[in-house]
Amino acid sequence: MCASAKYNTRGPALIPRMKTKHRIYYITLFSIVLLGLIATGMFQFWPHSIESSSDWTVEKRSVHDVPVVKLPADSPIPERGDLSCRMHTCFDVYRCGFNPKNKIKVYIYSLKKYVDEYGTSVSNTISREYNELLTAISDSEFYTDDVNRACLFVPSVDVLNQNALRIKETAQALAQLSRWDRGTNHLLFNMLPGGPPDYNTALDVPRDRALLAGGGFSTWTYRQGYDVSIPVYSPLSGEVDLPERGPGPRRYFILSSQMALHPEYRSELEALQAENGESVLILDKCTNLSDGVPAVRKRCHKNQVFDYPQVLQESTFCVVLRGARLGQAVLSDVLQAGCVPVIIADSYILPFSEVLDWKRASVVIPEEKMPEMYSILQSVPQRQIEEMQRQARWFWEAYFRSMKAIALATLQIINDRIYPYAAISYEEWNDPPAVKWSSVSNPLFLPLIPPQSQGFTAIVLTYDRVESLFRVITEVSKVPSLSKLLVVWNNQNKNPPEDSLWPKIRVPLKVVRTAENKLSNRFFPYDEIETEAVLAIDDDIIMLTSDELQFGYEVWREFPDRLVGYPGRLHLWDHEMNKWKYESEWTNEVSMVLTGAAFYHKYFNYLYTYKMPGDIKNWVDAHMNCEDIAMNFLVANVTGKSVIKVTPRKKFKCPECTAIDGLSLDQTHMVERSECINKFASVFGTMPLKVVEHRADPVLYKDDFPEKLKSFPNIGSL
Amino acid sequence: MQTRKKYIFLTFLASWLLLFFFGGDQLRRFAFFSRRKVEARRNWPHWTDRSLLKSFADPEELLSDGDPSLPSPRERQAARLSVYKNSRCRMETCFDFSRCEKHGFKVFTYPRERDQPLSESYSKILTSIERSRYYTPNPEEACLFILSIDTLDRDHLSGQYVRNVDEKIRSFPLWNGGRNHLIFNLYSGTWPNYTEDLGFDIGQAILAKASFYTESFRPGFDISIPLFSKDHPQRGGEKGWLYQDSIPPKKKYLLVFKGKRYLTGIGSGTRNALHHIHNGKDIISLTTCKHGKDWEKHKDTRCDKDNVDYEKFDYQELLHNSTFCIVPRGRRLGSFRFLEALQAACIPVLLSNGWELPFAEAIDWGKAAVVGNERLLLQIPSAVRCIHPERVLAFQQQTQFLWDAYFSSVDKIVHTTLEIIKDRLLPHRSRSRFLWNTLPGGLLALPDFSTHPGDFPFYYLQHGSSPSEKFTAFIRAVSPGGAPSQPLLRLIQAVSRSQYCAQIVVLWSCEKPPPPSEKWPQSTVPVTIIQGREKLSDRFFPYAAIQTDAVLSLDEHTSLSTSEVDFAFVVWRSFPERIVGFPTRSHFWDPEQRRWGYTSKWTNELSIVLTAAAFYHRYYHNLFTEYLPAGLRELVDGLAACEDILMNVLVAAVTKLPPIKVTQRKQHKETVSQQ
Repeated sequence: MCASAKYNTRGPALIPRMKTKHRIYYITLFSIVLLGLIATGMFQFWPHSIESSSDWTVEKRSVHDVPVVKLPADSPIPERGDLSCRMHTCFDVYRCGFNPKNKIKVYIYSLKKYVDEYGTSVSNTISREYNELLTAISDSEFYTDDVNRACLFVPSVDVLNQNALRIKETAQALAQLSRWDRGTNHLLFNMLPGGPPDYNTALDVPRDRALLAGGGFSTWTYRQGYDVSIPVYSPLSGEVDLPERGPGPRRYFILSSQMALHPEYRSELEALQAENGESVLILDKCTNLSDGVPAVRKRCHKNQVFDYPQVLQESTFCVVLRGARLGQAVLSDVLQAGCVPVIIADSYILPFSEVLDWKRASVVIPEEKMPEMYSILQSVPQRQIEEMQRQARWFWEAYFRSMKAIALATLQIINDRIYPYAAISYEEWNDPPAVKWSSVSNPLFLPLIPPQSQGFTAIVLTYDRVESLFRVITEVSKVPSLSKLLVVWNNQNKNPPEDSLWPKIRVPLKVVRTAENKLSNRFFPYDEIETEAVLAIDDDIIMLTSDELQFGYEVWREFPDRLVGYPGRLHLWDHEMNKWKYESEWTNEVSMVLTGAAFYHKYFNYLYTYKMPGDIKNWVDAHMNCEDIAMNFLVANVTGKSVIKVTPRKKFKCPECTAIDGLSLDQTHMVERSECINKFASVFGTMPLKVVEHRADPVLYKDDFPEKLKSFPNIGSL
Repeated sequence: MQTRKKYIFLTFLASWLLLFFFGGDQLRRFAFFSRRKVEARRNWPHWTDRSLLKSFADPEELLSDGDPSLPSPRERQAARLSVYKNSRCRMETCFDFSRCEKHGFKVFTYPRERDQPLSESYSKILTSIERSRYYTPNPEEACLFILSIDTLDRDHLSGQYVRNVDEKIRSFPLWNGGRNHLIFNLYSGTWPNYTEDLGFDIGQAILAKASFYTESFRPGFDISIPLFSKDHPQRGGEKGWLYQDSIPPKKKYLLVFKGKRYLTGIGSGTRNALHHIHNGKDIISLTTCKHGKDWEKHKDTRCDKDNVDYEKFDYQELLHNSTFCIVPRGRRLGSFRFLEALQAACIPVLLSNGWELPFAEAIDWGKAAVVGNERLLLQIPSAVRCIHPERVLAFQQQTQFLWDAYFSSVDKIVHTTLEIIKDRLLPHRSRSRFLWNTLPGGLLALPDFSTHPGDFPFYYLQHGSSPSEKFTAFIRAVSPGGAPSQPLLRLIQAVSRSQYCAQIVVLWSCEKPPPPSEKWPQSTVPVTIIQGREKLSDRFFPYAAIQTDAVLSLDEHTSLSTSEVDFAFVVWRSFPERIVGFPTRSHFWDPEQRRWGYTSKWTNELSIVLTAAAFYHRYYHNLFTEYLPAGLRELVDGLAACEDILMNVLVAAVTKLPPIKVTQRKQHKETVSQQ
């Protein structure tokens, strides 16, 4: 100890005095120590990947090394499944608790090998698919290794295929799980239920109150809101890579690829083919294949050989008939091929039907109506077929393609039942990414015309142009529907004028002082704004008449989800520069209204302040420009609707000027504004602005009619 | 000395290294890094031989599932029919689809018997059906049968309980074990258990019942309906109370409840606990013990104080001023509160375990209500506090949409029930959940027209598509001359020059046959002549000839320039759900005569755009012909007028939006003097 201390403190000084031999020796030693330190340090503080942490906790093992559990013949058997179970009767919600993440905790029992009294194993220890499924759960956010905190328990007993296990003994194995408790909060995954000759539609293993994620439920065995219907996984999904094929007409109209159809079904299908000729293709098992060709990957029609599942991509509709069981693995292949499944299996509960809207991806035909299949399918409009093809492929990609996808969808469904207020919406479950991208869901979707009596709040952003500000205040205060005026004082170096100096107006006037001179201050959802309608107006817009403003408010009431304003602008695609350009000249079209004078819903203030995509808000504040363009982008993007320009007026600032307002003509200004449009379009990832060729004028505008009978006689012409 | 030092030093180093390389793991776990140890999860092992594991089923087994020796599909179906009856009924086992094939979905109501008193609600239900477009007086044509026996109140302690129902229905020759019958019920069972028992055997009839318990609900067969009061209006219905979208919700209270507390018996568990979440500030949960005659017998220590607090708040006031409303179970699972909260835009927080929610087969309640759990009452306040303001706003709007689309009148409740059953008959011609849950709702999206959202005027934005870029000009000609008149020819010329015109369809509504094709002008777009009858309502018939989304409806005497047409069409593409046109009218309330008035004078406002020159979506032809009550069309035909007003009323009722007038011109008729 002392030695080390001594050498350590004096080390560098000592070295020159030592013999060369020793020196080399010490240096070597030191470098080893140093390396050792570095190595351990790296291990300690390197960010651990999941793999490395599991490497520490679980030594590398084979499934054959897992502990063996012997089940005595008289060990208890759970009750049969209780058909009346529902979440509120058989599920213990108290285990899940309330947590801010709204995620259930799932525990997985460790793997055991179960043998009966004579040492014969009860089932395969675990199948590849079940191992994948448990791995997926273990890697997911739902997983916990703490049995005491778990809300849901997943036994490692593999019951995916009922034919691969011994029913009674498997049940005994379940019953001796440490937290079994009559199966409460236990989740079993089964894809192939039943066995000959009855082929029950739910797993025959007695399981008491356990939830069942089953493939092939019928409406009689499925406990709605308790069980989860899952697909039958097709191992081909992992083996064959079928690239997505664009929607559109395909070579065959109807195709049947199943091999073991009941003769009765087959004869019906063949009748269909006889009737409709080449557009129907009925495939069967190949009888004369040379050895070595996997029979599962080939299908035959007469002597023609087809590759499976590739042939599925050649057809618009693919028949999925029930076999002995209701759930068929072929459904997964069909979806993968982007072929629209025609499901003929009465009483079958389609996979994940609790959340997936199968009407958008499939055609369900009652068994009785099989002979009419052709005409029924003919009646589906082409556009809808194309969408169904896309939808089918999307369902496969999101919920069928791997055991992981199946496991996570199942857990999410159960999670949504326990935390319904945080549940995933219909759109999130069902809309393919392309639709999510192109569609808009307007946050103000209910058609409401707000009452006129509420009026609007005018917000004037000002810095130091007091004289012009007072003029604007005086003008705006004449508008009948004004209910409050808010001045946002953006100058931190100067105090606003004294109260006595402000114009006397009939509505409350509030001055808000800001902490920083930022443009986004004008769009802050101040508590003082008590009306839905907001009029944003610059402190130099002195030419708008009271009639124009009142009319603008009336127009806004009819279109409360839009920007309704006066100065119109346009964006154009500059073909030479290959980018967007800002346009303030007189044009036939409008795509923006400037918020120098515009009405909009207070909701958009909230969006601008808290939900503006990317760095736009800060960017605008830093550049001190384009907050109005940003607002136009935001509103158009969230509503998918155009702006409304009101009245023909083009001049707003100085009555003497001949052209449009001086500032806008400044060349650098135009360049900057164009830059803004390009910047925003890249942040939004699209150009949300909509171009329109119309504006709103009062009904009797310009009519030869007594002025005093007009509601809005004083509408400026320019 | 040197050697010793070296030795010690070496030993020390060696042991140090050894410690780190072999014991580092233990050190990390126990000594310095105990916190990290907790975080390191014990994940599912990555088995070394995981790639060698066998698949759960070999491919042969998966693909050749099904054994030819099994009973044939037909035999199996027959077996199912005999097994799955009564409480296990499903459409395919208990409903005779063949009855609906020939005549479509027709509903027959048993003739009302004079000595048989009907409750107000039940006679409203029957009236709704008899006025619906599915009604048939002929039982031979019928697909669905409705009893004339009032089955709404099956609480045998109630005054409206009808006795001996079993005997009566057995005497009906059409009863047929209840097959294809639909039975409405609001109250079942009685004190103390309030079972689901109706007091008679419904057999294979479909049950449309309020307060349905999931366990007795036959999925895909029965229908859960909302509980509504006897004052619920026959049709029309009150509006919702939401008139503005505020964010954050500008309501005084977050969560309210005011109602009875059952001291004993079924449902008392939940109601007795409700006072726990009351905080007197933003959560108001008030219960009174005053319930029934002998409440004082069971009264507990809280009762007196609760009863006093209870009187301090007004239920209507709470309803108006709260964001969320607790809708707990009563004795039965459903309560009036549910519809009250829905109308009030007070987001229902349901505490009714096992309640099959009304029309859940169609309606996605997750978008309009918070489905709570009776057992987790105490979590409710924090759960609703965590809901984001945007989500609250969406919830509020959805309550209003659902209320107005499906619940605000008995007509709507009954029609929704019928449409859900109709959708089951032809699954491939039924509404997707999207159509049911998006404005304007399933009753107004006719699957007979299309099942594709892009074909309707309402869903372009949500669907991410846009209306077609061409229009069809649809001209109603009444020229008595037997040849196309001059104004008509000019109109065809002007319209056909529009760059957006795809085709012109002339509806020839004269007695005389249409002139031969050579009499019609040569134009760049195809002109189709349809021989119509003289009925005015024919002009809104969904003719197959109309292929585009947009229809430009024109009268023979309309005068328009090509650029007017172009402009109006461009405007219509921005407002595809509205009527966009030229000549306008307005309506007003005449306080003296206490009725509505119509004016064609120049006014500052407009509410009607005449279909003599207007663009609208072709789907409105379908709604006009199929959705509107036949009586209204007959009225129009009888008057030989007002078809345009009816169209405006229809579109406004569907969209809740006014029409749009384009251009300043007021006069669009070619008058004789102009010629």
